[in-house]
Amino acid sequence: MADIQMDEIQKRMIEELADLHEVPVGAYNFRANSKLAGRNTTANIDIVSKEDGTGIDIRVKAGTKKESVHIPVVISASGIKETVYNDFFIEDDCDVVIVAGCGIHNCGKQDSQHDGVHRFFIGKNSKVKYVEKHYGDGDGDGKRILNPVTEVNMEEGSSMEMEMVQIKGVDSTKRTTNATLKADAKLVVHERLMTHGVQQADSIYNVILEGDGSSADIVSRSVARDTSYQKLDLCIRGDARCSGHTECDSIIMDNGRILAVPSLEANNVDAMLVHEAAIGKIAGDQLNKLMTLGLTEAEAEEQIINGFLK
Amino acid sequence: MLELKNISYGVEDNGDNKEIIKDLTLTISDGKFTVITGPNGGGKSTLAKLIAGIIKPTSGRIILDGEDITDMNITDRARKGVGFAFQQPVKFKGIKVIDLLRIAAGKDLKVAEACTYLSEVGLCARDYINREVNGSLSGGELKRIEIATVIARDVKLSVFDEPEAGIDLWSFQNLTRIFEKMRAERTSGSVVVISHQERLLKIADEIVVLANGKVKTQGKGEDILPTITGTDAAVDSCSMLN
Repeated sequence: MADIQMDEIQKRMIEELADLHEVPVGAYNFRANSKLAGRNTTANIDIVSKEDGTGIDIRVKAGTKKESVHIPVVISASGIKETVYNDFFIEDDCDVVIVAGCGIHNCGKQDSQHDGVHRFFIGKNSKVKYVEKHYGDGDGDGKRILNPVTEVNMEEGSSMEMEMVQIKGVDSTKRTTNATLKADAKLVVHERLMTHGVQQADSIYNVILEGDGSSADIVSRSVARDTSYQKLDLCIRGDARCSGHTECDSIIMDNGRILAVPSLEANNVDAMLVHEAAIGKIAGDQLNKLMTLGLTEAEAEEQIINGFLK
Repeated sequence: MLELKNISYGVEDNGDNKEIIKDLTLTISDGKFTVITGPNGGGKSTLAKLIAGIIKPTSGRIILDGEDITDMNITDRARKGVGFAFQQPVKFKGIKVIDLLRIAAGKDLKVAEACTYLSEVGLCARDYINREVNGSLSGGELKRIEIATVIARDVKLSVFDEPEAGIDLWSFQNLTRIFEKMRAERTSGSVVVISHQERLLKIADEIVVLANGKVKTQGKGEDILPTITGTDAAVDSCSMLN
């Protein structure tokens, strides 16, 4: 990553976050320890810092297809606490991939916290794939805290696919995702969450299906290990002829605890809303099957969890 | 060679101890295709689970090639060469057919190699290799994949618990071909199939009839088969129901 001003720890965090081993093609904005570490814009995608310095605006011109935006954030210093506002303005008829993510490497005693507020304004018939990964490491006593807020405003006929992943090392997180969908807009969310140690994670979704023909499918898969705690709060409101589905599927291990609170609100006779929620330990017959193939119980557990969170 | 010596297995049933396997002694010889059959509730599946180590006998010993494996767990038995196909194939979330075959083979199988195992059980490999082993597959498909995982292990003793269970007649016709092929091609290693199907009984080198938790008869397939088809061999257990 020759053009990006980051140290080895920060580069490794970027690899964990975005599978990036080199400077990506397309637009990007790298933020390291609260400072801009590198930026690239393209003919169709512009990135500008907000005047008050609180974040960036990403503007994607109408008709932009097959382009990508990477905006990873890395914190490797202890004691940083920041709130960043990133606004994405996607004009009509676009087809873009946005990769965001935050990695905290905290070796110090003080807490490090990054609260990213991402707002999306998705134009008519635009298609967005959004990938957000969160990752923490470092062996200090200071906590790694991430409180992302994602707000999605979807115009008619637009679609968004969100992949939200938090697998490792984040001590405390409160994730909030709010979305409003106009007619024929479509939102698909895949969330994967794993907590261990004494971690605490709240994941809250509020989706409003406002327009006729809109649909949302929110699937959350989570694993709570050790003595960690998760609260999964998935809510869909249907105000029109629409369809909504939430699925909350959790594996609980050790002394982990999970509270799943799916909720549905229908304000229109043609709203079709479904929720499913299941919490349970790893099925004994799954372990047995993999053990008959020669895996130890611990190896079998690992395979089952890896598959579940894939 | 697998030897079961004085095996008993009981479960608690409303405070009573119900013996499912009663002081059973049985030897499965090497290189043979053995079918264990008998009336429902006779203890066949329990016996299969005892061999795989999924359950432990209350008394008796299990000896594999001279080594006592009674106290070994499922993993250790698998590594000693015991393969087991479940009667109800287990479903997973996110684990693909190729993942299971790789785990079974114990190495990072190439796609082409994995496909060979699927072709062997009559599945068009390319359509299945990247499918998740979940409820989107039919019972027959899951069963074939289950069998493929045992074939991929290439072990000295493979136990198949009722391969016909939950399979329609047409799918089963195809499934029996897999076992016919297995019997024809296997030179080393022994195969034990728990089954009621005449087509499988017909190709058995050895038939063991299990009833009331005991071996009722055991012998060469050609000798035993005429005594159990079209006879009242199962009447004993039917009369128990009265």
